[in-house]
Amino acid sequence: MSELALSPNQETFVLNLGPQHPATHGVLRVKLVMDGEYIVSAEPVLGYIHRMHEKMGENRTWAQFMPNTGRLDYLGALSYNHGYVKAVERAAGIEVPERAEYIRVITVELNRIASHLLWFGAFVLDLGGFTPLLYAFDDREMILDLLESVTGARLTFCYFRFGGVYNDIDDDFVTGTREFIKRLRKRLPDYHNLVTKNIIMIKRLKDVGVISAEMCRKYGATGPVARGSGIDYDVRRSEPYSVYPEFDFDIPVYHEGDSMARYMVRMDEIEQSMRIVEQALDRLPDGPVKAEKVPKIIKPAPGDYYSVVEAARGTFGVRLVSDGTNTPYRLKLRSPTFSNLSLFGEAARGMLLADALALMGSLDLVIPEIDR
Amino acid sequence: MNASTEVYRLIAFLVGLIAFAALNAAYLVWLERKVCGHIQRRIGPKEVGPYGLLQPIADGIKLMTKQVMLPPQVDPVLFRIAPALVLIPAVMSFVVIPFSENLVAREINVGLLMVFAFASVNVLGLLVGGWGSANKYAVISAARCVSQNVAYEIPMLITVITMVMITGTMNLNEIVMQQPDITRWYVFRFTASPLAPVAFIIFFICSLAETNRAPFDLGEAESELIAGFHTEYSGMGFGLFFMGEYANIVIGTSLATILFLGGWQSPVPFIPGGWWWFLAKVYFLIFCVMWIRWTYPRTTLWGLLNLSWKILIPISLLNLLLTGGMLKLMPLAGGAG
Amino acid sequence: MIMGAYFKDLFGGFWSLIVGLAITIKYFFQPVVTLQYPHESLKMTPRFRGHIDLVADPGTGEPLCIVCGMCQRSCPSGCISLKGEKPEGAKKKVLTAYTLDFTRCSLCGLCVESCNFGAIDFSKEYNLAGPSREAYVFDLLKRLKDRRSNADADA
Repeated sequence: MSELALSPNQETFVLNLGPQHPATHGVLRVKLVMDGEYIVSAEPVLGYIHRMHEKMGENRTWAQFMPNTGRLDYLGALSYNHGYVKAVERAAGIEVPERAEYIRVITVELNRIASHLLWFGAFVLDLGGFTPLLYAFDDREMILDLLESVTGARLTFCYFRFGGVYNDIDDDFVTGTREFIKRLRKRLPDYHNLVTKNIIMIKRLKDVGVISAEMCRKYGATGPVARGSGIDYDVRRSEPYSVYPEFDFDIPVYHEGDSMARYMVRMDEIEQSMRIVEQALDRLPDGPVKAEKVPKIIKPAPGDYYSVVEAARGTFGVRLVSDGTNTPYRLKLRSPTFSNLSLFGEAARGMLLADALALMGSLDLVIPEIDR
Repeated sequence: MNASTEVYRLIAFLVGLIAFAALNAAYLVWLERKVCGHIQRRIGPKEVGPYGLLQPIADGIKLMTKQVMLPPQVDPVLFRIAPALVLIPAVMSFVVIPFSENLVAREINVGLLMVFAFASVNVLGLLVGGWGSANKYAVISAARCVSQNVAYEIPMLITVITMVMITGTMNLNEIVMQQPDITRWYVFRFTASPLAPVAFIIFFICSLAETNRAPFDLGEAESELIAGFHTEYSGMGFGLFFMGEYANIVIGTSLATILFLGGWQSPVPFIPGGWWWFLAKVYFLIFCVMWIRWTYPRTTLWGLLNLSWKILIPISLLNLLLTGGMLKLMPLAGGAG
Repeated sequence: MIMGAYFKDLFGGFWSLIVGLAITIKYFFQPVVTLQYPHESLKMTPRFRGHIDLVADPGTGEPLCIVCGMCQRSCPSGCISLKGEKPEGAKKKVLTAYTLDFTRCSLCGLCVESCNFGAIDFSKEYNLAGPSREAYVFDLLKRLKDRRSNADADA
C-alpha cells in the first residue's frame, strides 16, 4: 500500500486514467493526481495513436491525401474532407458547381447529426446510462445507410473531390433524408424526456465543469465547447463558406459554460442541422456535381493557403504550403479537439473524479483527431 | 418432529437455498440481458439454447474453468476471503425468508433483524475485496461502497422500524400473515401509516442503494472505476461477487414483498396463496430493478448522499412520527399492533 | 419559500424519473430493430466501395485492363501492383498479374476513378475474415478467372 501515498505530508496518489479506460473512448491517457476522489491536477498524455498524417501529406500528391482526412475524426469525416478540398480548391483556383456545394452541405450536416447522436449516446454512457446509446445508434444507423447509399462507405467516406463530389445523389436519397428528418423530429422529444429532463442528469451536469469564456479563448477552444461558454463563434456564420449564407439557421449559444450548456448546444445543433438539410433539399439546383476543368495532376501556384470549416467538434483548419509541385510542401492541420482537450487540465482541477469524467465526455473527444 | 428429521430438513433447506441462490444469479443475468436487450430494442442472448436459455450455464462453466488470477501485489488472504464474505451473508439471509406458509428454512422471531444484520456484513466483503486488491480503482470503489451503505442503512432502518411498530413483530411469517388480502397489504394500509406508499418507495430506493444497483452503482461505475472493487478478480472470484450481488437483490426485493406486498398471500380471492405468489411478486420487483437500471444514468457520490440525508431520512422520520401518532390515536387500526 | 423549492425539486425530479421509465417501457414492448447477422445479412448498396475487382470484357471474358498503370500510380498506399506483357503480333498489352495488398488499402476509390477504361470496379464483399495477412494479398486475375469458371459452371 506504500504506493498509494506519494509523500508523507501530502496524501495524494497518482491515478493513470487510460490509455485503456472505458471513459476515454480511445487511447487517451490522463495522469491524475488525486486527493481521495478529488483531482489535484490532471495532465493529458497524448501520442498513443499518432500516425504522422501531416508528414504523410508531404509525401503524397494533393489528391492522395484525401483518404487521410477521413481518418482524423472518423465520426465527422465529411467535414474534414470538406476542409481539405476547400483548401486545395482555393489554392488551385477551382470553381465548384452549385449543385455540388449543396450536396456537400447536405452530407456534411447529416454527418454532423450522426456525430452528435453518437456523442449523445457515448456521453450518457459515460454518466452510466446505457440505453440512450442504443436509441441514438438506431437513428445514426439511418444516417449511415443514407450516406452509404451515396458515398459508398459508412465511416471513412472520402466523398468529396477537388471541384465537386464523387457522385451525384438520387431521388431515393432525397426522399430517404426527408423521412429520416421526420423520424428524428419525433424521436428527439423522447431523448429530451429520457435524458435532458432527467433529474439525475440535471444534478450531474448543471453547474459542473464550468469553463469560462476566458479559458476557452486562452486554450483556443472552439465549437460547442466555446458556444456553451457564451462565445458566439461558428465558422459557418462568421466566415461563411460554401452555400451556408443562403440558409436560415441559428447558432445555439449558451452562457452557463457548464456541462449542461455544452450538452444543450449539441442537442440544439441537431435541430439546426436538420433545418439546414431541409432547406438545402428544397432548393437543390440541377447541374453537374463536378467542375469541368479540373486538371488530373494538381499543381497549385507556390504560396501559403489556409481554409477553415466548422466540423462537428469545432473549427477545423487546413494550412497548405505549396512550392508548385504535385505534392504539398507543408500540410498543417488544426484540429478542434486538441485545443478542447488542452483545457481539461485546468478545468478539472479540484473536481470529483466522476464530475471530471462528465466534463471530459462533454468535450466530445475523438482521440485519432487529437493525435493525428 | 424428532431430531433426525430436523437435521435432514436443515440439510435439504441449505442445499435448496444455495441452489436457489446460484440458479437465481445465473438466470437473473439471463433475465437482465433479455430485459436490457428489449428495452434497447435488441433481442439479447439467443444463440445458446432456445431463447438463449443455456447461456447462463455456458457462462457458469466458463467462469468455473477460468484461472483465478492472483496479481502479485494483492493481500492473498483478504483477496481470497472477500468473495465468500459477500456471498455467505446473502445466502444466510435466505434462511428466514418465508417462501410460503411452511416453506421457510428456520422461522426465527427476530428474522427481520437477522436479515439486516447479515446485510451489513455484505459491505465488509466489498471493502475487504477492494482493499485487498491493491488497485487504486478498487480502493476508491470500496470507500464509495462503505459510505453509500452507511448512508442508506439509516433511512432503510427507520422505515423498517416504522413497519415493526405497525406489525408489532419481527417474525417475517407473522408479518405476512397480517396481510391476507390486497386492501390490507401494508403498502396500502393508510390507516396505520398515511405515508405507506412513500415508505415503500423509500425502502425500495434504499434496497437499490444497498445492493449497489444502478442508478446507485457507484462501486462498480465502469466508466469511472473500470469494474470497481472486483477489477482484479477473474474466474469464479468474480463469479461469487456476481452471485452475491444478485442474491442481495433477491433478498432486498423479498423483504419489500414481505413487508409491503403481502408476501406469499394471494391478492385475488380465486387463486390460493403460496410460494408462486411470493416468487411472482419478487420477480416483478426484480424486473422493476432492471427496468430502473436500464433507464437512468448513475448518480454521483454527493448526489447520493444528498438524496439520503436531505430527502429520504427526513421523509422517513416524518413517516415514523406520523405512524406513531396514528398508532396512538387508533390503536386497533394497525394490524396486530 | 425554501420549503416550496424543496418540494418542487422533489416532485419535479420524481416526475422526470417516472417519465423516463415510461419511455423505456414503451420501447420494451416495441419490436426489435436489430438484424440477426449470421442468419440474415444486408445487401450492399450499388455504390458500396469494397475492395477492387477486375472487370471482364463481356464478349471475350478477358480483363479490360490495358496495363497503363494509372491505378498503381494513383493509389495513396501503394497497394496495387500489376504486370503485363505484349505478346508477339498483338496491338495491346495483356495483363499477366494484378495483385492487391488489401491489408494496406484504405478503400478510397482513387484507383477506380483514375481508370479510363472501366477496367476495375468495387466488389460488394464486406464480410472478409481470414487467418493470416497473406490471405489478403489478392490475386485479382485469379479471382476473375474463378468468377468466370463459377459462372460457366452455373450455366
